[in-house]
Amino acid sequence: MRDVAIASFAQATFERSSKDEVELLVDVITRARAESRLSKSDIGFTCSASCDYLGGRPFSFVSALDAVGAWPPISESHVEMDGAWALYEAWVRLQHGDVDAALVYAFGRSSQGNLNQVLSTQLDPYFLAPLWPEGDSLAGLQARAMIDAGVCSEDEIGSIATPRYGDGAAAMVLVAGPLLERASNAAVIRGIDHRIEAHSIGARDLTRSSSTQLAAEKAGACRRDVDVAVACAPYAYQEILLRRALSLTDRTRFTFLGGNSVYPYIVAGLSSVGEAFAKIASGKALSAVAHATSGPCLQQNLVCLLEVQP
Amino acid sequence: MSERCAVIGVGQTKYAAKRGDLSIAGLVREAAERALADAELRWRDIDAVVIGKAPDMFEGVMMPELYLADALGAVGKPMMRVHTAGSVGGSTAIAASHLVQAGVHERVLTVAFEKQSEGDAMWALSPKYPFQPPLVAGAGGFFAPLIRAYMRRSGAPNDVGVRVAVKDRLNALRNQYAHLQLADISPETVLSSPMLWDPIRYLETCPSSDGACAMVLSNEANAGRTSRPPAWVLGSAVRSEPAVFAGRDQINPRAGADCARDVYRQAGVTDPVREIDVAEIYVPFSWFEPMWLENLGFCEPNFGWRMTLDETTSLSGRLPVNPSGGVLSSNPIGASGMIRFAEAALQVRGMAGEHQVDGARVALGHAYGGASQFFAMWVVGARKP
Amino acid sequence: MNYAVTRMLAPVRLPFVVTPGEALSRFLSALVEGRLIGERCSECSKVVLPPRGACPTCGIATNPRDNVTVSDGGTVVMFCIVNIPFEGQTIKPPYVYASILLDGADVPLLHLVEVPVDKARMGMRVRAEWAPPTERKPSLEAIRWFVPTGEPDASYEAYKEYA
Ligand SMILES: [Zn+2]
Repeated sequence: MRDVAIASFAQATFERSSKDEVELLVDVITRARAESRLSKSDIGFTCSASCDYLGGRPFSFVSALDAVGAWPPISESHVEMDGAWALYEAWVRLQHGDVDAALVYAFGRSSQGNLNQVLSTQLDPYFLAPLWPEGDSLAGLQARAMIDAGVCSEDEIGSIATPRYGDGAAAMVLVAGPLLERASNAAVIRGIDHRIEAHSIGARDLTRSSSTQLAAEKAGACRRDVDVAVACAPYAYQEILLRRALSLTDRTRFTFLGGNSVYPYIVAGLSSVGEAFAKIASGKALSAVAHATSGPCLQQNLVCLLEVQP
Repeated sequence: MSERCAVIGVGQTKYAAKRGDLSIAGLVREAAERALADAELRWRDIDAVVIGKAPDMFEGVMMPELYLADALGAVGKPMMRVHTAGSVGGSTAIAASHLVQAGVHERVLTVAFEKQSEGDAMWALSPKYPFQPPLVAGAGGFFAPLIRAYMRRSGAPNDVGVRVAVKDRLNALRNQYAHLQLADISPETVLSSPMLWDPIRYLETCPSSDGACAMVLSNEANAGRTSRPPAWVLGSAVRSEPAVFAGRDQINPRAGADCARDVYRQAGVTDPVREIDVAEIYVPFSWFEPMWLENLGFCEPNFGWRMTLDETTSLSGRLPVNPSGGVLSSNPIGASGMIRFAEAALQVRGMAGEHQVDGARVALGHAYGGASQFFAMWVVGARKP
Repeated sequence: MNYAVTRMLAPVRLPFVVTPGEALSRFLSALVEGRLIGERCSECSKVVLPPRGACPTCGIATNPRDNVTVSDGGTVVMFCIVNIPFEGQTIKPPYVYASILLDGADVPLLHLVEVPVDKARMGMRVRAEWAPPTERKPSLEAIRWFVPTGEPDASYEAYKEYA
């Protein structure tokens, strides 16, 4: 494995934006490129993330390509997942050694639909989805399970409020090899891993996030004495599970994206890594852990360990 | 690249208009179990799963990898979901091969599927959308003008598309998994089929299928442990370009030509028509065979149709194209690209059964998507690179 | 008793309120006024329509200053004849669906051409037939279809780059 580092990050999040996907993206991609001091032609691989169900329209990533300026043609891939998994695919691609810079971006405009309801279509299409359990209902089950198991009190959980799903876009530039040597203020990805759990929430222990814990162990981030940690999830109570699963020390400053702030679905995980990077790039931290999640009740999780460029 | 990557297992479902006997989970599992059996592995031997399919709206399941984690034995493992339009089956296999080549994992299961009978693909491809009048539906309306322009540009005779339509369906009769089994196919039946989007006739288009395809990819250390021969990945590449821009050549897109050049360079192929023994090319409308032959550098521009007419691309020709029957005979959209990649692997492993090309040592798998703008290709070989 | 469940219906109905974005909004507003506007990229000078808010090849943002009016007349560069009915179709097949390169634009626009299907051809000169001003909505339906102008066909050399 060779060192791959984050060279730059830019994002924009809104409750509701009048811009469309291309307009949101062209801004953050231009900023991320400029901050990395790389040009379009330096980028050897591009990986994007989006989800058609946010806008109710297929192939959302196709028109978004207009924001990249994909000419001459580019080497590119796309995940129908949170942007943190696009980062993962780009990190893998940079291990090959033939390209030294990658652009990762994610976008989503949840404001166009009722995401709390739309998320029902993520469930088993034969046994669960036809019952239309909304995101909030599943969150309620998880919170109840936590209270019943004594993980936390009803007061600590508070009420389950529908997340403020919003619009957003984020872009990140990764570098390796000679471009990493030339970079300043980069954050090296020391470990990155993701794991998935069973789909049926009845088959899972909802009172812990075992996949976060496993991903953290595999990424070398478990019980690590890092300066900062950034985790994200739509519901405030999920912070309790993530804090436990990441097994951080008391010294680590913990930031939780979600709960009361605008939650840009699909962008949130990449944003979490971007926030952790920003802490290192600005000199506020030497090491950081970042977390991303996907699926109902934290079904799938990614953990990434970052350190300041040596 | 630190590690070599080989295909050590291939599994396909029977493709059909409706696999009412299986759920979506059952469908992907049928393909995955066959791939595992071919690779002589068990579920626990798999390190990670990479899954691909075309738009979620085809089945109405958002991010179906979440629901399919259990069926694909991914619980506790990394699982990724790729979506690059029609090229997705190819780009999914490539993303999986990167995990092996990068040394991240030793054995990766990759699966692509579509269960078109559980939704309305025509609607999902062209849903009613404000600002845009409903002028045309489905992919045929989009690609028909390009075919007309190709005919004009190349001076090809009118019956080239008919010849491809017949050839691929005859090949499909040799493939037990192929959806269409048209024993009575002939130029006359194609010509007398309804003209849908003039110049595309009904029998010159692909069917709408349910199906899944899976492969087990492995690093070199594990590739030697099975009794069946592996197919080595000699080169792989993806390329994308915008759908609309000034001066875009949609018939011979640069993204496709660049992708082919890249993959040949990696595989050490300098004269593709001589060095590649068989090609599985994504041909959803019959006229795309000659168009892609040109784009892939098998001949000069405007000469592709001659390779079709002189039977270079027939099963016994110098460059057999789509011995499996191709997309024209089976089209579970999200899986169609991976089927091309998997069939290329079967050919160099000598395991393609009745549609085996004698002595195939090097094969091309090709997939494309969107407005002829996303490309994924690999070259696989019998000999270790 | 054994029951074989071979089929279940699980309809999905999700409402979306879609917004077109700022660049496309300007284009749609202009349609109501009976005008077609494109965006001229400040870097490559190419005129693209409908506008996207970015140049697809340069990857730089465009803004309202880059808007230019494009002629509603142009050349058919590619077409097909749609013979099949589908849900939501507003006109009866067969009809001509064409890629039309408007004068002053660098990418073609997709629309209908009102011509007997056996008379359709590449190179044909056409002009937009607009819906009456009171019936125009912010949609490409503000143009009913394109009709032949009767001008001599454009030479293949003149448009082959777009076909
Ligand atoms: Zn430009």
